[in-house]
Amino acid sequence: MPADFNWAIGGEAGDGIDSTGKIFAQALSRAGRHVFTSKDFASRIRGGYTAYKVRTAIDPVQSVVDRLDVLIALTQRTIDENLDELHEGSVIIYDGDRSTMADVEIPEGMVGLDIPLKALAEEAGGAIMRNVVALGAACAVADFPIENLDSALQKRFGGKGEAIVENNKKAARAGLEYVHDEYDHEFDYDLETTDEDYVLINGDQAIGMGAIAAGCRFYAGYPITPATDVMEYLTGRIERYGGHVVQAEDELAAINLALGAARAGARSMTATSGPGIDLMTETFGLVATSETPLVIVDVMRSGPSTGMPTKQEQGDLNMMLYGGHGEIPRFVVAPTSIDECFWKTVEAFNFAEKYQVPVYVAADLAMAVTEQTFSPEAFDMDEVEIDRGKVVDDDSIDEWLDEEGRFQPHALTDDGVSPRAFPGTEQGAHMSTGLEHDELGRRTEDRSMRVEQVDKRDRKVETAKETEDFSPREFGDADSDTLILSWGSNEGALVEALDFLEEDGIDVRFLSVPYMFPRPDLTEEIEAADEVIVVECNATGQFANVVEHDTLTRVKRINKYDGVRFKADELADEIKATLDAEEVSA
Amino acid sequence: MSSNVRFTDFKSDKQPTWCPGCGDFGTMNGIMKALANSGTDPDNTFMVAGIGCSGKIGTYMHSYAIHGVHGRSLPVAAGVKLANPDLTVVAAGGDGDGYSIGAGHFIHAVRRNVDMAYTVMDNRIYGLTKGQASPTSREDFETSTTPEGPQQPPVNPLALSLAAGGTFIAQSFATDHKRHAEIVQEAIEHDGFGFVNVFSPCVTFNDVDTYDYFRDNLVDLADTDHDPTDYDAAKEKILDSSKEYEGVIYKDESSVSYEQKFGVDQDMSDIPSGAPDDAMDLVREFY
Repeated sequence: MPADFNWAIGGEAGDGIDSTGKIFAQALSRAGRHVFTSKDFASRIRGGYTAYKVRTAIDPVQSVVDRLDVLIALTQRTIDENLDELHEGSVIIYDGDRSTMADVEIPEGMVGLDIPLKALAEEAGGAIMRNVVALGAACAVADFPIENLDSALQKRFGGKGEAIVENNKKAARAGLEYVHDEYDHEFDYDLETTDEDYVLINGDQAIGMGAIAAGCRFYAGYPITPATDVMEYLTGRIERYGGHVVQAEDELAAINLALGAARAGARSMTATSGPGIDLMTETFGLVATSETPLVIVDVMRSGPSTGMPTKQEQGDLNMMLYGGHGEIPRFVVAPTSIDECFWKTVEAFNFAEKYQVPVYVAADLAMAVTEQTFSPEAFDMDEVEIDRGKVVDDDSIDEWLDEEGRFQPHALTDDGVSPRAFPGTEQGAHMSTGLEHDELGRRTEDRSMRVEQVDKRDRKVETAKETEDFSPREFGDADSDTLILSWGSNEGALVEALDFLEEDGIDVRFLSVPYMFPRPDLTEEIEAADEVIVVECNATGQFANVVEHDTLTRVKRINKYDGVRFKADELADEIKATLDAEEVSA
Repeated sequence: MSSNVRFTDFKSDKQPTWCPGCGDFGTMNGIMKALANSGTDPDNTFMVAGIGCSGKIGTYMHSYAIHGVHGRSLPVAAGVKLANPDLTVVAAGGDGDGYSIGAGHFIHAVRRNVDMAYTVMDNRIYGLTKGQASPTSREDFETSTTPEGPQQPPVNPLALSLAAGGTFIAQSFATDHKRHAEIVQEAIEHDGFGFVNVFSPCVTFNDVDTYDYFRDNLVDLADTDHDPTDYDAAKEKILDSSKEYEGVIYKDESSVSYEQKFGVDQDMSDIPSGAPDDAMDLVREFY
């Protein structure tokens, strides 16, 4: 019996794939099982192939694998698209009465369960529940107690009245009983339950939750896949804490609204994806030059241009590191897992205010739209600390006034950080500008002041390097000669790939780097290794290039840019192949 | 806020670099008078400007201020106001800044109706880039980039505002000091987006829309029986291209500002030193 169980539902967009998958994932999570979900969707509202996959186990799961045990197929294409992942004994649930499944062909060795989903749903109260019938059938196949599905149905439909909930429960049982009655088959699965309480959350939601926890009160954004969930999460929640969300007319407005709120003293954020970052880049320079604390989330997707809006990529690193004319100090933090989306957002707000810089949170689609289970303590709110940096008030402002009593918002300080006065602070009135300025914030073209202000802004980075911990997250065998480096959402797949490699007797050291700028100095680790492989979802190896630049050492690269995230088993094979190739050439 | 604020309190010690005779001097003085008369003080006032001659205004005034990027002063100003509704917020811009690069923001700022004032120094020319056509330049106005004139009708900012649902639409003339200050003050005090298009002649590059031209053609609505609360009358004035009007042209007295509508009334700079007390509820939602 496999330790984990992989399930999917697929069909056309508009078939209710997403909500059905979510219900099943929630049922598993509420049954005390760990869950990791992934979505395959197209950039259209109706039609086009779409799928929702759920991997579940008793132990934590943090990636997808190349395997599918049970597939609910609403179209023939669902089977075709997943042929590679289906295996001997895989179960395919379908409705032979459905036009898109009329002449279905079940591949040899697999088990096809032809269930009249629509007819059974109608008997239970409405054809709309046919996917729930399929979920009931999946419970029968997986030997998963259907009462756990009831709990998820209650959560999903409770707001629509008890009658709806009851009908759905009835529909689920119809599916379960149909499998029991009609198929005399021993299935290989037995989904145990535990008493653990887990939460099921995606990266965008974790970012939104982190923002609220960190005291973010103002959010402005423009809808864009795959960042929109951040705005949807904050809308309706941030108000409870006295905050507000503005849906702006475009990304230019969004970042400028956020900038204005930040200048007024609010912890302020915007989130977008690559094309939105392009538009925001003009104002990004102003944010940095005016030394305004601002958090900008880039949930990366495939580019360039509109690229593949619903597909994974980590192609914006160069833009976040270097985007904008002139030279601009900025911080780039990159969460490496869904729970880290929460913590890195909290940290981003502290960095922004302590150093008065724009901070990019570099998330990616694979992390943003997929869900994972965690113990609630993974988001322990008591651990959240808020550091607002050098804010002056009516009493403390005196020390920052010049001899004429004028406040100096860009005072030249040893640590590069100047005082900040929120509007309303007496004697704090001052000018902020994107023009080069003096200590008062007034335009200057004075050569020495220009140099001093540039140096002052850059000094903040040095201060941060001395003050903050930018260490990577470490996994695997610390003594191994093989070093794997990665950033962003690849961490989960790599951590699981380490297990596959270990089974083959290969031990590696894996450093997952959550800070792109300022970033850890990896020279020592790289010099200690014989082999260094950098794993990332882009074609040109943007992080690998940065590593080579920093450490003056050539690295191997594993790059994936087909729009799909790394799978753990696939990644293990790639690493083996890279190491084998090295042996052959040596 | 102090009750004995004088308009000179809003003046910075920086000397303006506007050309001698520029309309922007009068525009700025009027804004400072309007601010003082409205009862705010420099520490509770936020000026926002974009790029161009108009964009320099924040430098010459004394208040909290930001000199933003070209055309984007309005979203910045809205962000300031929403984050701290206690502040008096005034955005300033030029005709290029507001009606060309920032036209999209203008329409949406009007719709949004955040409680702030927006003053546009309209000189019907690009001054700081030395004399190209602006969106309000006349169709036959010859410039270095439009030797035969733009050959396009000028933007009518008042009509744009009305069409977008404007709740306060006014026009003033930079050198009519008293009237200009009164009109801007009324825009500041309006509950919503108070928009004032200010005729602010460019003495260097525009020899058509001059002080003399405006003096000869300006009709002060205060001298007529115009009722600014009458939508149809306002529309008629706004679409009448035969005259230049001064005064409050349209005012929706039932205007409800964005902040009121959405209950945005807190100073958002005030936050606790850790997560909110009930923050674990946010986590439990994901059970």
